[in-house]
Parts: sequence; structure tokens; C-alpha cells
Amino acid sequence: MGAYLLRRLLVAVPSLLGISLILFTILALAPGDPFGDMASNPNIPPEVRLALRAKFGLDDPVLFRYWHWLVAMVRGDWGFSFQSRTDVARLILDRVPTTLFVVGSSQVLALLIAVPVGIAAAVRPYSLLDKLANTLAFAGFSLPTFFTGILFILVFSINLHWLPFVYDADIQATGLAWYWEHVRQAIMPVCVLGFFQAASYTRYVRSAVLDVARLDYVTTARAKGLAEGTVTRRHIARNGLIPVVTLVALQMPAVFGGAIVTEQIFRVPGIGALLINAMLANDTPVVMAVTFVFACLVVLFNLIADLLYGWLDPRISFG
Amino acid sequence: MPTAVSAPVSAAVSTPLLEVENLTTAFRRDGAWREVVHGVSFTVGARETVALVGESGSGKSVSALAVMRLHPRQASRVGGRVLFEGRDLLALPEPAMRGLRGDAIAMVFQEPMTSLNPVLTIGFQIAEGLMLHRGLGREAAEAEAVRLLDRVRIPAARSRLHDHPHRFSGGMRQRVVIAMALACRPKLLIADEPTTALDVTVQAQILDLLKELQDQEGMAVLFITHDMGVVAEIADRTVVMRHGRAVEAGDTAEIFRGAHHPYTRALLSSVPKLGSMAGETRPLRFPIVSATTGAVDVPPGLPDTVTPGQRPVLEVSGLTTRFDIRGGLLGKVRGCVHAVEGVSFTLGAGETLALVGESGCGKSTTGRSVLRLIEPAAGSVLLDGEDVLTLGPAALRERRKRMQMIFQDPFASLDPRMSVGAAIAEPILLNRLGTRAEARARTADLLQRVGLTPDMASRFPHEFSGGQRQRICIARALAVRPRLIVADESVSALDVSVKAQVVNLMLELQAEFGLAFLFISHDMAVVERVSHRVAVMYLGEIVEMGPRAAVFGDPQHPYTRRLLAAVPVPDPARRGARHKVSADEIRNPIRALDYVPPVRQYREVSPGHVVQAWGEEWEPKGTSAAA
Repeated sequence: MGAYLLRRLLVAVPSLLGISLILFTILALAPGDPFGDMASNPNIPPEVRLALRAKFGLDDPVLFRYWHWLVAMVRGDWGFSFQSRTDVARLILDRVPTTLFVVGSSQVLALLIAVPVGIAAAVRPYSLLDKLANTLAFAGFSLPTFFTGILFILVFSINLHWLPFVYDADIQATGLAWYWEHVRQAIMPVCVLGFFQAASYTRYVRSAVLDVARLDYVTTARAKGLAEGTVTRRHIARNGLIPVVTLVALQMPAVFGGAIVTEQIFRVPGIGALLINAMLANDTPVVMAVTFVFACLVVLFNLIADLLYGWLDPRISFG
Repeated sequence: MPTAVSAPVSAAVSTPLLEVENLTTAFRRDGAWREVVHGVSFTVGARETVALVGESGSGKSVSALAVMRLHPRQASRVGGRVLFEGRDLLALPEPAMRGLRGDAIAMVFQEPMTSLNPVLTIGFQIAEGLMLHRGLGREAAEAEAVRLLDRVRIPAARSRLHDHPHRFSGGMRQRVVIAMALACRPKLLIADEPTTALDVTVQAQILDLLKELQDQEGMAVLFITHDMGVVAEIADRTVVMRHGRAVEAGDTAEIFRGAHHPYTRALLSSVPKLGSMAGETRPLRFPIVSATTGAVDVPPGLPDTVTPGQRPVLEVSGLTTRFDIRGGLLGKVRGCVHAVEGVSFTLGAGETLALVGESGCGKSTTGRSVLRLIEPAAGSVLLDGEDVLTLGPAALRERRKRMQMIFQDPFASLDPRMSVGAAIAEPILLNRLGTRAEARARTADLLQRVGLTPDMASRFPHEFSGGQRQRICIARALAVRPRLIVADESVSALDVSVKAQVVNLMLELQAEFGLAFLFISHDMAVVERVSHRVAVMYLGEIVEMGPRAAVFGDPQHPYTRRLLAAVPVPDPARRGARHKVSADEIRNPIRALDYVPPVRQYREVSPGHVVQAWGEEWEPKGTSAAA
């Protein structure tokens, strides 16, 4: 196990280097100038712009710049945002809690719905409940979040005035009211994202559990005289959910990445929104940092998924 | 150990433990109910063993599951009466039925590889029933589990209690499953094909074990099987099922002596009997008995297909195939599976050489290595004098025309989205052996030749039965007019009557086209019927090889003897005459990198009959494993 972990981590280093090099090259070759708006501003002399470009090394060869970026990154310096004029690390760390809160909650909500519904549908296939769950799941992931999001806003904010539709990261209230405001404004984005995820998870859980429910050892368990609930919990669910656990682990980078579309609709100041704004502003250090963090997370959670699989399924050994 | 004699049958049947009356079972498929068991009746007395025999689709397993009420409630309908100790199981409320399951009635299933939950320890899975029905605590239940594992002879039971199922071999898992079923000392054990998935020597061990435990516990056994040899071996009474009906029931010995129903006679005549070929030198077709009229079609003898003195089609020498086992930080090769080690044989035109052995002995790997579907590590494979192993890719593809393969599973070896005509024509077109029209004509011809009709060419595989599909696979293999066919367990998955027909077909085709068959099988009785020569494999090596009559009539190597002794003989009169089989496990051929295979000495017993010199590990030990 130790050797396996070490081997996987060693393999991760060249792959991350490769990813970062490709990302960096693409961003460097992409058209657009972060200081482009200065060129059209008559109050700024062109020398200033050129000096800024020189200062940030934008005119150096790509590989040279990549090397600088890599050395800085290894030292823990994530770069400096052209647009916000702050450290990229600061910018990301500001956004992370909001994203984790909103997207993380939606994942939890999705699992709370998908696991019980998926199992219940699978142990009684083609029952009324199963058909209902299937229909809802189909509708759920057919409807894009930008549609349900706007629908939610229309119904719950505009018509009913129950919930705010612009996310405010800077709530002025104190004490319990502060918490309540946070929860209230998160309800809609969490539900929109959660239902969407729940729909696809439900179908996945259902098919995974259905595969297990047919197996001989389930019949063996029933032949022992176990009650149906025990058979489902102990013999079906435990085996059926193993692939689901790894699927969820592989989804985790997306949680950190935020849900770009949903964050835009509800104006949630999360990582996704940061990435979009940075791209629009040609703010390459931010784009680079955010995408590289995603890459690291993907590699990390792939490893975690594999380890989880081995831990949950005794047949897998790490050699 | 001397076989304990079962309690006298006559005393046992006075008050039946289980009475099944007019049992019907229907399943709902696509909204319509389809009845698959139509009014089956039979009884099982206390301490009695009753066999339910039949081919696939006869409804035997469905009936057994119906007795246990294990069919899904929404999609199945069970009618009739099932009286267990006078109580109608079909009328019991579900909680009461649950109380009986695993307690008074226990069940063992076919596939030991899948009937244990992979994520729970075997100790827990055995203890589970005890905690439920006996109200034992975890510790007391596990202590009892150790005792049970001892009784089914799991070595070092205490230390293995917390192991997961994947750490056990198939035979050992089936012992665990039996221990699980016996946990609450059931009065009735329903065993659904409990030995079908096992190797013969392991099957013999499990049958011995079941018999012994039955005598000790005084339980009744309802034994479901398709194997008449197993029936003859263990059953007091036999119920023969076909198409969801019980066609014949009676004392096992009487059924074997003189069955009344034509189907039973057909079934019995198509069962290959080990030892039935004594005095024959050439392969012999199976007699085919009509299942409806009982008319026997005695097969005409086959012409001698082997011409001595010719250069063999296939000459294999020193064939060695190894699989690397990797491990460690950098994934270095840690050891090798010596799947095939220094195998040499020849095979002439019109000849059948059988490779026999148990799972893991390397017989399939040998077959695939010969065709270079797996790249061998060393040795030479001469096809008509030309070494296949040194050919380049293009030349190899060209030579593959002369060697074809038929696989075990006819369901998996045909592309479900390709019509059978296209499947048969494909090798002709790929090898540019003819135009489209010619391929079509040849396909029609081949279909006819394997006993199907040309108009079936436009149908798809799912429209055919297993036996028909295997015929299609044979037709496909014949399409390129091969010289050599490697038949890897090609008839093992088929029902006995279908198996007999397909074997007959293969023998006829051999006579017609002078085909050389490399017939890979674990089924000694079929091998005896079809082969000219036999090679017995053990741990990747041929331990004995020679003319079929010599190897079966005068086996030399201890492993060959063990293998032959383990085959159940479909003759109740010879019950118990079988030698005891030791509980040895087959060892695995994983070796360290620096392992040098020993140089083997062979000795010629009679012309063409060679046997490998064996070491001390084969000498009989003082204490037999059967206690």
C-alpha cells in the first residue's frame, strides 16, 4: 500500500508538469493583451504599458516564462493578478469558502436524495416508485441549470418574494441573522445544483444497485432467512455503493471548481465566477492558477478514488 | 475412509418431509405471464436424497426456488402446494417463511464464486444465520462458525474466519457455502447444482462431504443437477424434468436400469460414460435416442481418419508460455505464472488429440499459444512444417486460415449484431477466398453441413439455442477450410443431449474433411469418446500422453489416476466403487524469477504412451485427507 501510494505520487509529478506546460503554452499563445485597454486610454502614455509588459515578463519567450512561473509556483508564489492588482492566492482563497459552501452543500443534498431513492428504485424495479424516480431523474438532468435557476428565481424571488436572488458575500447582519441570511441566499443555488446532480446520481445508484441485487449472494442472503431490509442494507447496498463512492470522489474537483453557470445566474462569487471573469479580462495568472489547481485536484481525487475503492472492496489489493 | 451407508430408503419414505403437489410457476415478462413449471409433484422423505434432473430450461432450479419462495414476488406467481412437515409453505405469511429459510430449510447454490458476499468475511456470513435463528451473540456465533468450518474441512479454520471470500479457491468457497447452509442444522438441504462449476476432483470431494454430513446430520437433500453421473452417485430417488414437467420419477437404480419415458432414455443414452469405450480404438459417435418416441439411432462406425506415416499437421515442441507478475515501486516483474512449461506433442490430419486437466493446468493457454493468440515465450509450433512462432504479422494472418478455434461459450463468441450468415461469410471475404456470391453459396452450404438450414443465414444469434449457436461457430471455423481446429471446451457448456449431437457433428466433419482437432476439455468422459490420443496436463506440463485406449485403460501417472477416479460414473450399481479422492488443492504455477524448471524425464510405457517421471509429492501419504 505504501509503495503503491508512493508510485502513484511519483507518476503524478510528470503528469502535472505536462498539464501545466500545456496550459501555460495555450494561455501564452492565446490572442489578447491583459493591458490592452490601456492602449485605448489617451491618459496613459504607451511607455507605461510597455514598461508594465516588461515588468511582468510578457515579452519573454514562452518557455522562459513557464520556467519562471514554475519556480515561483514551487516556492508558493501563485502570481499577481493583472486585473485586481492583488495576489492570485489571496483571490482564490477569498472565493473558496463560498464555493465550498454552495457547491458542497448541493453535493450533499444530491447524495441525500440519490442514495435512498436509487436503492429504493433498484430493489423494486419497474414498481410505481421506480417509474416515478426514473421519470423525475430523466426530467432532472434534461433541464439545464440555467433554465431551472431562472425558473426558481421567477417563482421564489419575483413572484413569492421568499428568497433573494442575488448572492451577497458581504452580509452586514451579525449573529444568528448572519447565518440565516447566508442559508437563505444559498437555498436556491444549492437546490438547483443539487437536484441536477441528484438526477444523474439516482440513475447511477439505481443501475449499480440493480446489478448487485441480481447476484447469487443476495439470493444466498435471502435463503438464510434474513429480512428484506437487512438483505438490502447489508448485502445489496454495501456492494452496490462501492462504484458510487468512487464516482462521487471523482466529482469532487468539480465541487471545488464551482458550477460556472449556476454561479453566474445567482451571482455567487465563487471560483467559477472568478475563472470566467479572469478569462474575459485576459488575466492569465488567475486563469493559469485556477486551472492548475483543478488539475491538481483531479489527480489527487483520482488517487483518493482508487484508494477508497481498495479500502471498500477487499478483493482489490495494491501491489 | 469407508463410505457410511445411507439409512435404508424404504424406512425413510413413510412420512415425507417435503411434499410438492402440482407446483406451477409463472413469470411476468413484458406484461404477460408465462408459465415455466406446469404442475410438478414430488416428495422428499426424511434423510432421503432426491435428485431433480433435467437440462437447461427444464424448470428444475425454478421449482427449487419456488419451494423456498425465493422468486421476486412482483414478477412471479407460484401455484400448487408445498407441504413441509405438513405446513403449506406457499400459504405461510412472509415472516414465518423467513423463520424457516436458513433454519429448517437451507440452500446451496451453483456458483461458489458468486454466492458469497465479497465484502463480508466468511466468518460473519456463516455467523449471520446463527445470530438470526439461534439468537447467538457475535462471539458465540463465530465460535460455532469455526466448528462448522472444521466440519467442512477448511484447513486452519480459526485463522481463516476473518478472511474474505476471494482468498479461497472455488472448492473451498463451496465448502464455506455448505458450512453456511448447515449452520442451523436444517432438516432439508436444497442443493442447486452445487458441484457443476467445480473441477472433477473437487466435485468428488464436495459430493463425499455432502454425503457424509447428510449421514451425520440426518437431513434430507433435494439435489438439483443436470449431471446423470452425479445423480447415480448420490440420489436415492430421481425425478426427471423436461419443459417444466416431471416426466418420470422413481428409484434411481430402477431409472438407470430401465427408464420408461423416452426422454429419460434419450438423456441416459447421451450421457458419456467413462469406461464405455473399452475395446474401441477409434472415436465413436453417441447413439441418439429420440426424446419423443424412444427410437434408438445406433451410429454407424466411423472410418479410420488417421493415416500413419504422414507428416503431422501440427508439431509442437518445448512450448512455454509465461505471464509476468508485476509489483513493487516501479512495477518490476516479480515472478511468473508458468502457465505452459515445455509442452511437446504432434497432431496428424484426421486425428483428435485431447488436452485434459483441471482449471489452471494450462490447457487453454496451450491452445491459444499454438494459434499465437497469446505470444509464447519459447518453443516451436510447426504447422505443416513451418514455424508459426517466427512468422511476421502478414504471414501469420495468412496461416491463420489453416487453424481455427471454437470457443466454450457460444453466447459470447458470436457478435449479437451480425447475422449468422454474415458471421460465417466474414472469414471468407476477409481472406479473399471468394466473391460475395461465392461466400453466400458457401455459407448456405456450411449451414446445411452443420445441421441447420440455409434460410437461417439472415437471422441473428439471439434467435438460436446454445447448441445451434455452437453449430454456427463450427460453420464459421470451417469457412476458411482449416487443417487444424482448436476446440477449447467447445461442448462443455452444452446440455447432454445437445452435447452428444455436437460431438457427433464434429466427428463426422473430421471424417469428411480430415480435420485435426486439438480438443481441450476437462470432461474425461467426452474426451474418451472423441479422441484418438490424450495428453493429461498438470501445472502447465504434460504428465502423461498416449493413445486414448492406453491412457484410459492403463493410466500410469498418479494425477491421471486421480482425475479418472474422480469422474462420477452414471451407474448406481457402481456407487461407492469410486476411489476416495484426497482433499489436495491444485497448486499454483507461480514461480520466482530465478526458477529453473526441472528437466523432466519421460518413460515410454507402451508404443506412443509416455509418462512423466514423478517425484515424492505424488506418493500416497499415510493419512488420507478424508478423515
